[in-house]
Amino acid sequence: MRLIAEDLGGERGGEAVFSGIGFALDPGQALVVTGPNGSGKSTLLRIIAGLLPKAEGRLLLENGGDDFPSVASACHYLGHQNAMKTALSVAENLRFWRDFNGRGDSGVEEALETVGLGGIGHLPFGYLSTGQRRRAAIAKLLVSHRPLWLLDEPTAGLDKASEARFAGLMTKHCVAGGMIVAATHLPLGIEAAELRMGEATERLLQQGTPS
Amino acid sequence: MWSLFARDIRLNIRAGGGALTGVIFFLAVIATIPFGVGPDLKLLSRIGPAILWIGALLSCLLGLDRLFQADREDGSLDLLVLGNDRHMLALTVLVKCLAHWAGSVLPLVVAAPLLGLFMNMEPLGIGATALTLLVGTPAITFIGAAGAAVAVALPRGGLLISVLVLPLTIPVLIFGVSASYGATADPDPFLQPFLILAALTLFLGVLGPASAALALRHGTD
Repeated sequence: MRLIAEDLGGERGGEAVFSGIGFALDPGQALVVTGPNGSGKSTLLRIIAGLLPKAEGRLLLENGGDDFPSVASACHYLGHQNAMKTALSVAENLRFWRDFNGRGDSGVEEALETVGLGGIGHLPFGYLSTGQRRRAAIAKLLVSHRPLWLLDEPTAGLDKASEARFAGLMTKHCVAGGMIVAATHLPLGIEAAELRMGEATERLLQQGTPS
Repeated sequence: MWSLFARDIRLNIRAGGGALTGVIFFLAVIATIPFGVGPDLKLLSRIGPAILWIGALLSCLLGLDRLFQADREDGSLDLLVLGNDRHMLALTVLVKCLAHWAGSVLPLVVAAPLLGLFMNMEPLGIGATALTLLVGTPAITFIGAAGAAVAVALPRGGLLISVLVLPLTIPVLIFGVSASYGATADPDPFLQPFLILAALTLFLGVLGPASAALALRHGTD
């Protein structure tokens, strides 16, 4: 499986935000997208996921097989919002996404243990703190299997220990043959190629290096 | 798909879901009519089916704006749209419509016979009206879904949805009411308008979710 972007351009409200973005991602590789506010990091992630139309260029997933015919079907998208219902309990939320997206490697309880939220699955999601909500959303990545993780500021609101734990999760995902594209301001603590948005959008950047 | 249905039903009956909002509004509309019209029992029983249908129609429109907006605000909608390859988006929308109908509109149908008593309707008329509501109200939800999908990005989209959707619900209202009258007033037919009503529901059950899915796909930002 290989994710390829060539000459990708994105726009917001008719204004070009970036253009000429290119990269290729093989299994086991991670790409960190950095750049100042407004440089189009989130827009790039949403274009990769197919939630926004691309203004120009090509984006394709090679050799996805029957399970993953398109980028959208192969990706987990973790956006600014956590996509969890405050009125439902954490476990109910995760169970829903697990049923809806297909079963993954870990069960709901197991995933909650992995992100350090073991034993609070029965609490309504609305009762959790910002960092705990983020961790519950990260558990969502584990309950269903997707080879490509698109992460938009994944560590926003996490404490140091959780950041380190999440770095471990991402490394594990890459070692297992997964791919990650993460937009962030903070160092994620994983080995990844860097794509700088903003000042150097025209430059075709260094391709991903194996981790 | 079943999990989506169960989740939406559960959200509907949990705190802040607003399952009873429609019923209470329906009750308020029907309870005030006799005071406005006056104590003319014959008149009340004659306009009863129409008033029940209008009340139910307006109550149906009440909760529609939250159909996709709640999912959009917490980011779930993005993930539902992304799931298009596994669960066709139109089907996802259909399931959400059915859950919305079962959670918010079915209580209206259940409450309708009781409210029919307020209008001095005879048992046969009440039964016919409840039956036409049962068959006809899904159509309103299906059209409403298309309106809700168009207005999903607007913070105060509720009124816009009503304005968009109301003209399209008129056929449903007309055939629903004429079937209800057909059951009691003798020369009028019951079966023909009732079957047209059922056909409208089936037709809109395809058209509504399909167009809502189209609007949602192009409405993400």
